[in-house]
Amino acid sequence: MFSSPCQSLVSSAFFFLLLLHSCFVVADSPYQSSDAFLEEVFIDDVPTPQAIWLKGEVKETTADILGHAYPGIRIRYWGKDGRTAWVLEEVGKTQPITVGLVVNADGLELIRVLAFRESRGWEVRYPFFTDQFPGTRLTTDNKLDRHIDGISGATLSVRALEKLARLALYLHQQTVTINDPTS
Amino acid sequence: MKRKFLSPLSLAWLLAGAQYVQAAGANGQPVTPSIEQLWEIIQSQQAEIEALKKEQQETAQQAAAADEKAEAAVVAVEEVDAKTAGVASWVDKTTIGGYGELHYQNIEGEDNDLDLHRFVLFFGHEFTDSIRFFSEFEIEHDIAGEGQKGEVEVEQAYVEFDLRENLLAKGGVFLLPVGILNETHEPATFYGVERNDVESIIIPSTWWEGGAALNGYLDNGISWDLAVTSGLEMPTTGDNAFRVRSGRQKVSEATANDLAYTGRLKYTGIPGLELAGTVNYQSNATQSNNDGLNEGILYETHAIYQRGAFGLRALYARWNFNGSAVSAAGDDNQYGWYVEPSYKPWEKVGLYTRYEKLDGARDQDQFDQWEVGANFWPHPDVVLKADYRSRNVDSNSSGADDFDAFDLGIGYQF
Repeated sequence: MFSSPCQSLVSSAFFFLLLLHSCFVVADSPYQSSDAFLEEVFIDDVPTPQAIWLKGEVKETTADILGHAYPGIRIRYWGKDGRTAWVLEEVGKTQPITVGLVVNADGLELIRVLAFRESRGWEVRYPFFTDQFPGTRLTTDNKLDRHIDGISGATLSVRALEKLARLALYLHQQTVTINDPTS
Repeated sequence: MKRKFLSPLSLAWLLAGAQYVQAAGANGQPVTPSIEQLWEIIQSQQAEIEALKKEQQETAQQAAAADEKAEAAVVAVEEVDAKTAGVASWVDKTTIGGYGELHYQNIEGEDNDLDLHRFVLFFGHEFTDSIRFFSEFEIEHDIAGEGQKGEVEVEQAYVEFDLRENLLAKGGVFLLPVGILNETHEPATFYGVERNDVESIIIPSTWWEGGAALNGYLDNGISWDLAVTSGLEMPTTGDNAFRVRSGRQKVSEATANDLAYTGRLKYTGIPGLELAGTVNYQSNATQSNNDGLNEGILYETHAIYQRGAFGLRALYARWNFNGSAVSAAGDDNQYGWYVEPSYKPWEKVGLYTRYEKLDGARDQDQFDQWEVGANFWPHPDVVLKADYRSRNVDSNSSGADDFDAFDLGIGYQF
């Protein structure tokens, strides 16, 4: 039989408000722009961007870390005083996650999700998850030197951030090689 | 290998030295040049220096021009990529994924069974940065159609809106936020060839409904869900009387006289830990009156803890139904729980055991069961599974027997 008038009213109001809200109130997607991230990292003195060219072993290792070829022929970075900053993207389950990373001689200094577009796995945005990464280094086989505890139901988002952390650490090593006059 | 070039000044001194040597006399003794000769040498060296400077500047300019051309070429390549993506922007904004699982079951007293249990494709599309579509299309048991054992199902088809940074809304067909497996059930993410029985019999996973929902989350790891959806239409007579799983309407011309309301609170503020509780209220679990089954409320709570190689999952779910017929049948309280510890001795291998206790509507849904098994992940998205289970039903009857079973499975996701 039909529901009571009160119940129908409550349900209809919920649907209506939801749709109304959905139509007129839409949030901006990025939590922090790349420019704002870089200005924060380099305290308003952002260096000129440089690039790592993806060729030879660097290209192969990059593909090995990501599990697929990088969609480009170079990766930009910003480097100053032994620190490098990277803005990288990797798909979690279905949508790309944009991540800002900073690497120094002691390992990964900072990882921050700049844009997250997945329906699930929002936890990876927050410090209670990303605080596991600072100080992480790369092992000789390009893995992280510590275990990162995951988020239930967000395995693919967690894995995407781990891949980008490994990639930034590896690429930082390549910039050190490039800038080393004895090499 | 590094190349070292002579500076113009060094070159000038070498030239001067060479001309000085040429000025040596026939007896091999150097001859001191006159002032005029020295002036001539200096003039000549100066001209050489100027020429070298000019050459160096031209080389530097050519190098800079070459750099600019190379940069322009790279930018052009990248712009072409971007424009190509723009031409087919729907391709760029449309995603495809999926999962599947093949099961072999060897159950005591039954024929052995090989079944492509699930073949699933996801299709998603991002209309804007904050409006997206997601769907899940599934074929169960390989072949669907009249007289066949399988089904074709659309388990998800909804549009989601980002309302605020921490607030989302969706409308359409979606999975209810309840239990551990209902929303995340790709085979590589759980132990056991078949899904656990509590989340099949008490929580009728996969459980999807049509309606609208809100999802919000806080910086500290607490999130909440509210949903208003179509409800269950449970049978009150026959072999499946008061069986929750038989009440799913699957949004197939679903009777929507009496809606259902779901609320969930979840905490994931510590990596590896999830604590959650869900309440689902069915305003009328049969969608009709005077049939002896009225309201129903599901209470569910679970915990997941994964720390390093050790893992633990535990879940409890209970239905309370009102109505004279359901009470008379003794099915007004249906519940189940399980505990599942696990250990990964190696990155690609996981071992587990699970104990389940159920009290469902049918005789065969009232049992306790031990299960042990292993998962092997040759790739993080591919899993091979094996398990052994031993079931003891509360009261043996036709179709409700104790049994031992051995299962094998292969699953994937992409």
